[in-house]
Amino acid sequence: MTPNPPALELRAVTAGYDRSAPVVREASLTVAGGEAVGLLGPSGCGKSTLAKVAALLHRPYAGTVHLGGVQARGWRHRAPRAQRTAVGVVFQQPRLAADPRLTLAALIAEPLRATGRKTEALTRTGELAGSVGLGTDLLGRRPHEVSDGQLQRACLARALALRPRVLVCDEMTAMLDASTTAALVAVVEEYRELTGAALLAVGHDRTLLERWCDRTVDMPGIALPARAPAPGPNR
Amino acid sequence: MSIPAALRRRTPRGTPATGRGLRLPVSACVVAAVLLAVVLVPLLVPLDEQAVDMTNKLHAPSLAHPFGTDDVGRDVLLRCVYGLRVSLLVGVVAALTATVIGTAVGAAAGAVGGRTDRMVMRAVDVFSSVPHLLLGIFIVAMFRPGVWPVVISVGLTHWLSTARIVRAELLSLRSRDFVDAAVSGGASRWRVGVRHLLPGVLPQAGLAAVLMVPHAIWHESALSFLGLGLPTHRASLGNMIQDARGTLLAGDWWPTLFPGLFLIVPTLAIASLAGVWRERINPRRRSELML
Repeated sequence: MTPNPPALELRAVTAGYDRSAPVVREASLTVAGGEAVGLLGPSGCGKSTLAKVAALLHRPYAGTVHLGGVQARGWRHRAPRAQRTAVGVVFQQPRLAADPRLTLAALIAEPLRATGRKTEALTRTGELAGSVGLGTDLLGRRPHEVSDGQLQRACLARALALRPRVLVCDEMTAMLDASTTAALVAVVEEYRELTGAALLAVGHDRTLLERWCDRTVDMPGIALPARAPAPGPNR
Repeated sequence: MSIPAALRRRTPRGTPATGRGLRLPVSACVVAAVLLAVVLVPLLVPLDEQAVDMTNKLHAPSLAHPFGTDDVGRDVLLRCVYGLRVSLLVGVVAALTATVIGTAVGAAAGAVGGRTDRMVMRAVDVFSSVPHLLLGIFIVAMFRPGVWPVVISVGLTHWLSTARIVRAELLSLRSRDFVDAAVSGGASRWRVGVRHLLPGVLPQAGLAAVLMVPHAIWHESALSFLGLGLPTHRASLGNMIQDARGTLLAGDWWPTLFPGLFLIVPTLAIASLAGVWRERINPRRRSELML
């Protein structure tokens, strides 16, 4: 009997925005089915770039991405829709990740409508909003009319709409307060328990990721500085 | 408790609040008055703006002729209204033509990207290195004088800036996280374009079109002034200023002043309205309003 293939596997990925100076070099990472992996690294080390490669949103210069054991053959629109939608992404800044013209209801329903499930969109939008703790009174509002936390909840609901097998959370809670962070982490964990989805949580908050994830890995190919002692009260 | 100076909301570009408050109603009233005049006067006033009356030539402004008469006895007010009518028609149609061409070229370059984008934008650079008035003169010279050669001339020479604006806006939108989220959510290229990119680009293209209208009106007047626009007998602001040059030297100021004012005031009002619109759709301004 062959073991289950990992939900997400990146093999020797080199990626960036300038071929002569890639941000990520030869990075490899494996996330097993149902596993939660925290990817740690300082700002600017290429975590988000690697997360975008994992979500098939950024074409790497070299290396391969495997989803459920199947190698990704294309990136962005060239990737088959089934592979693209197998990975749900939550971005760091909800203001940039939400189309300012859409109401929260339209935002949450967008993946369902985009994949031709209009009737399902009508019934599931409220359910998804409820699952992330968004009241129905907020669904008619546009992004500029709600707080960062409320908008990030809507973005999380959008990422869960197509029931992805892998969830990539790129510093999802970096802009949020502690209670909203706890609430969003709880929603993700509830979804993972229900569906057995894998999680790649990207961030630089070691404490949070070590508590949240089954294991954490430092950004491959990056030499992290030793942990500094906590600053004193006068610093 | 007073608000610290550094935290006080600033008016855009330092304009005083009273001036900003008046700009919209004043511009809107001027544009509304101009539109009413050019639509209603030809319908309600049964006078011929081309009728020559040598017994009434060069009469100063009076009750019978509020703007006076020109050197062949034609009513300057009536000719100003008819001239503005032609100028507005040319301005609006030419601006729409230029915007459609510019949006199509800019959207194609921005959407396809890569080598196509570079080639199209270099072609735009080459095209814009030729002075557009010179190119416009070349185009109108190929046709007989009339309204449509002027429209074609202005339309074909003024799409470059719109193409640049649309392409830049599209490139900026394409790299936003919400477009990535749409791609990840299974949206097709067509859906991303129509649902997320186009609504973001259209306000800028619309604004470029409105800003183009006064520019196109000035171009039409310039071509007519040079004798390359409308036929000399037709009322056009450029033709009127050209015809009245000789009388100005003799001290008859009204045949030049009023067409000049009819050219300047409505174009400033349209540009001012476009400025208000630009402030409203500018995201930085919008976020200021939210504070």
